[in-house]
Amino acid sequence: MRRYQGDASCAGPAEPAPPAGESGYTAANFTPRALAIVLGVFCVVVLAGEALAQMRSGGPSRSIVATLVAWTPLILFGPPREFGGFALNIAVSFLAMAIGTVAGLFLGIGQISLSPAVRKVSWAITQFFRNSPWLVLLFFVMLLTPFQIKIAGYTIPLPAWLKATFGLSLPVMANFAEIVRGSINSIPTSQWESAESLAFTRMQTIWRIILPQCVKRMTPPWMNWYAILTMATPLISIVGVNDAMTLTQDALAAEQRSELLMPMYGLLLVFFFVYCYPIARWTIYLERKFAVRS
Amino acid sequence: MTVAAGWTPDQPIIRIVDVHKSFGTNAVLKGVTFDVAKGEVVCVIGPSGSGKSTLLRCINALVPIDKGSIKVEGREVHDPALDKLELRKKVGMVFQSYNLFPHKTALDNVMMAPLHVLKRGKDEVEAQARQLIKKVRLEGKEAAYPGELSGGQQQRVAIARSLAMNPDIMLFDEVTAALDPETVKEVLLTIRELAEDGMTCMLVTHEMGFAREVGDHIYFTDRGVIVEHGPPESFFKSASDPRTRQFLSQIL
Repeated sequence: MRRYQGDASCAGPAEPAPPAGESGYTAANFTPRALAIVLGVFCVVVLAGEALAQMRSGGPSRSIVATLVAWTPLILFGPPREFGGFALNIAVSFLAMAIGTVAGLFLGIGQISLSPAVRKVSWAITQFFRNSPWLVLLFFVMLLTPFQIKIAGYTIPLPAWLKATFGLSLPVMANFAEIVRGSINSIPTSQWESAESLAFTRMQTIWRIILPQCVKRMTPPWMNWYAILTMATPLISIVGVNDAMTLTQDALAAEQRSELLMPMYGLLLVFFFVYCYPIARWTIYLERKFAVRS
Repeated sequence: MTVAAGWTPDQPIIRIVDVHKSFGTNAVLKGVTFDVAKGEVVCVIGPSGSGKSTLLRCINALVPIDKGSIKVEGREVHDPALDKLELRKKVGMVFQSYNLFPHKTALDNVMMAPLHVLKRGKDEVEAQARQLIKKVRLEGKEAAYPGELSGGQQQRVAIARSLAMNPDIMLFDEVTAALDPETVKEVLLTIRELAEDGMTCMLVTHEMGFAREVGDHIYFTDRGVIVEHGPPESFFKSASDPRTRQFLSQIL
């Protein structure tokens, strides 16, 4: 971020140099230890399940590890020739984040509109979706939207996963709108004043001068919400989508072995953890980096 | 800005008549009246809180006035029907804290307004911007970000940024107040050259020596009114008002 704040030779107000040890986020830094702990706990769960299985079963049954290995492709990628599983969770998280980010950007800008009507409506929408339970929102969207829409003679189907994605994007939108509003307000008013005195319109000032300066402030909380969203994606299993959660439950139903419950759900937790933990670490790293320099 | 019908350059380019401005119950300007002729360099001095900066902000409509009239090139600034953007294209302003855009290089800072506000061609704008950066003696710093420049360098970029709009009037709001003594000189030199080129300049300043040397007319404000004014020689030598004398004795 040197391009924003300058180097030590700058004659401006002195800034503390970043601590020498802060070489940044490296793979060797935090992630492996936490990953090892989680995987260790997971192994204990599997071994306990294994022991339980041997005590209970008289006949030969497949070992727990072999069972997990056998189901892993399905849980990760869905049934053959179908898109689903953990990959679907990730795809839904990407799409919901994209929708939520764009909508939240406009909603956040709406909250600083000069028109009181726009400001109040934006505020109300933000507050409503920030303070609603995600699961209830999801049901609402599923029930409110039709299974297909007709535009100019074309019938566009709205599959359940798409509706669910839209439902998840609503709380993301509202929370990102707050991030946008907050970071716009954190830009000194002198920036607005100098843009105004150069005859920039308000919209030009927002898009060309204020928002570009907000990007680095918005990035860490935005990433944080992405991780939260990803961890919320198993909610879509309740609306009949073949996501990793649904498939895990399907696998358990097919196996009919109670000693598999903990290891199977444990495996699902590991998938999410392995994906979300590095994002969380990276977020913390960026937060620190921006805090030191600004 | 097309000038108002009937206005000719021999009339005052800025005409301020009985301007009042309050922030809440705090009356900042209490009936200020004066004219600035085209090409004139006017310095406004006075203790802090006397309304100097507010007066400058009223001239380019950053701050609305409560009562009175400000005419720039014959146009009433506070006429609700006035296109403020058109006015600001002709009135440049430089601030105490530079207010450069930190996410843009020096060159981009200078180029932004002509490109996006005046919609001029990129090649032409860039050529002018490079020339202006040379004019404020910052050749070689085009690609530097504001954070990499000293205060004095940033302030000179800010001056170049305002000049890129080809304004008729430049307003300077305590532009050297945040600088250390060595860098004050380079900024003042830039302003002096502008004045010598015939730019109409209005400065709020605490640099008495500079006001005396470069100013055509000095105004002393205190508590929202102009207490005393005159050409620098008589103003500094024989100020008659006790408040002015007290202020000058503290400063000089």
